Amino acid sequence: MQRFSNPVLMKELKLRFRAFKSFSGLMFYLFLLFIFVGGFLSVFTQFTGTGFFRPSESFIMFAVISVLQMALVMFITPGLTAGAISSEREKQTLNILLTTTQTSIQIIIGKLLSSIAFLILLLIAGLPLYSIVFLFGGVSPSQLITIFLFYLVTVVAIGSIGIMFSTITKKTIVSMIATYGAMIFIGAVTAFFFFVGWQLDNIPGNTPTPPIGGSTPNSPITYFWAAINPGALMLTILYPPLENELSNITGISIPIWITYLIFYSLVTVLCLWIAIRKLRANMKHNR
Amino acid sequence: MIEIKGLTKKYGSFVALDHFELSINEGVVCGFVGANGAGKSTIFSILATLLSPTEGDATINGKSVIRDSSEVRKQIGYMPDFFGVYDQLKADEYLDFYGASYGIPAEKRKVLIPELLELVNLTDKRYEYVDLLSRGMKQRLCLARSLIHDPSVLILDEPASGLDPRARVEMRDILKHLKSMGKTILISSHILPELSEMCDEIVVIDRGKLIAHGHVETIQAQLQGDKRIKVKVMKELELARAFFEEDPLISAIEVEKEKNEISFNYKGTDEEQVELLRKVFLSNIPIYSFTAEEKDLEDVFMAITKGVEQ
Repeated sequence: MQRFSNPVLMKELKLRFRAFKSFSGLMFYLFLLFIFVGGFLSVFTQFTGTGFFRPSESFIMFAVISVLQMALVMFITPGLTAGAISSEREKQTLNILLTTTQTSIQIIIGKLLSSIAFLILLLIAGLPLYSIVFLFGGVSPSQLITIFLFYLVTVVAIGSIGIMFSTITKKTIVSMIATYGAMIFIGAVTAFFFFVGWQLDNIPGNTPTPPIGGSTPNSPITYFWAAINPGALMLTILYPPLENELSNITGISIPIWITYLIFYSLVTVLCLWIAIRKLRANMKHNR
Repeated sequence: MIEIKGLTKKYGSFVALDHFELSINEGVVCGFVGANGAGKSTIFSILATLLSPTEGDATINGKSVIRDSSEVRKQIGYMPDFFGVYDQLKADEYLDFYGASYGIPAEKRKVLIPELLELVNLTDKRYEYVDLLSRGMKQRLCLARSLIHDPSVLILDEPASGLDPRARVEMRDILKHLKSMGKTILISSHILPELSEMCDEIVVIDRGKLIAHGHVETIQAQLQGDKRIKVKVMKELELARAFFEEDPLISAIEVEKEKNEISFNYKGTDEEQVELLRKVFLSNIPIYSFTAEEKDLEDVFMAITKGVEQ
């Protein structure tokens, strides 16, 4: 047991859950979800005058909550991870930590896991509100599980990006800006590039080469932008026919969740590797 | 044993350490003396495995700080000149975290922590949040933290900086206790009289270069040739002055007629000084006081570094 314990993780969990801002953050997050779910139910039951809630409307609520939660996760994760190492540096506690016998891997993984633990707590705390959709039907448990797995992959990837920036920059504010910049790229710029690519493909005379023996033109770059966009993946999970639509547009039939998983796993590994290498940047040999 | 071999650290064109060579035996308390920016903290950071040297190497108990840094970390306790604390941790949790960071089992930590808190006189602060402790208490807690894995070498960078006189005395007493435990202690301080009191050896460093290294008394003796002697006579001041002027080892004579006092620089050895004193008595000059002003470490440091500047 001792062998698997991570002192940084235990210390971070203790510090995080003792801080008032963690509880106020959790409360604010649940309050937002509650306002939304309550508001949605009110609108569809009272103002429509029907007095009941159809499974199709329940699915809309599920879809909107999922998107909202994704947006919140993408907004909160950089705030939790982008200061992980740089704040230790600013508080002048990092040097002492680096003279202990903990390895760079232990320190970085401890920091990442403690941040993810808090995010998972947010997601789990929101589950009772989420599960209201099951009262009305229209959503399968497998869809909910898939959505949560998707959150997990995204949170780990964004968390790793935050930890990397936190390690390679000296100031938390710089790290924060860089991580939010990366979020904007992942969430918005990739979507923009996808639409630009799609439109360019539709210009007559600019149609990509069709694959041998196939009728649909191949457009791997357009596919790539869609595949790494969290919003696009979420839409295909919520509405699977969109997957076929995307396949028709880009000519590539690989499900985008596979590309998403591979891409963000690589991003996670790369970012953590850089963070581990750079944590003891002033020491050439030891990690 | 600590061996520093040709240690050089460059930041661009700035040379922070210049082919530094040093050897410190086990159980020795070695004080590092030098002006701000002299290179003390750079040496300490390299020994604490926080910084790689540009050239050279250093070994602690035979382990290289470059190649075996994880082994070195087990053997050193490091206290930096500036450090922070985690503001949501209590004193015992603070020590527990670092104990766990050194891989000390939980059962052993439970026994160790009260002992360490007692050593640094913080038993009554065990359940206090560390950010609420005074500066002196934080310094002592940090010292306890550096001892948690029972290192054989302690690297203390300005452990008494910013402390009030009482806190300094407390810190000094703890260090004396650690010395009696046989730990090798490297300590830097600007409070030189304190260093001379607790250190066996002194290293004088200036602009990244080793200026002097040796026992405190030896280094102080290097300046004994320049010691200032003050003589007080009942009368016959001019006779006394004429007498001292004849001695080739004496220079810079100053006479204060109101006090019947003569002071001068004396370059002779202790034996020559005894001979001078004997001659003075034989000359029938009515001397009632003959005092050699002892140079303290501060004077030694000022004299040595002044010599380097020139």
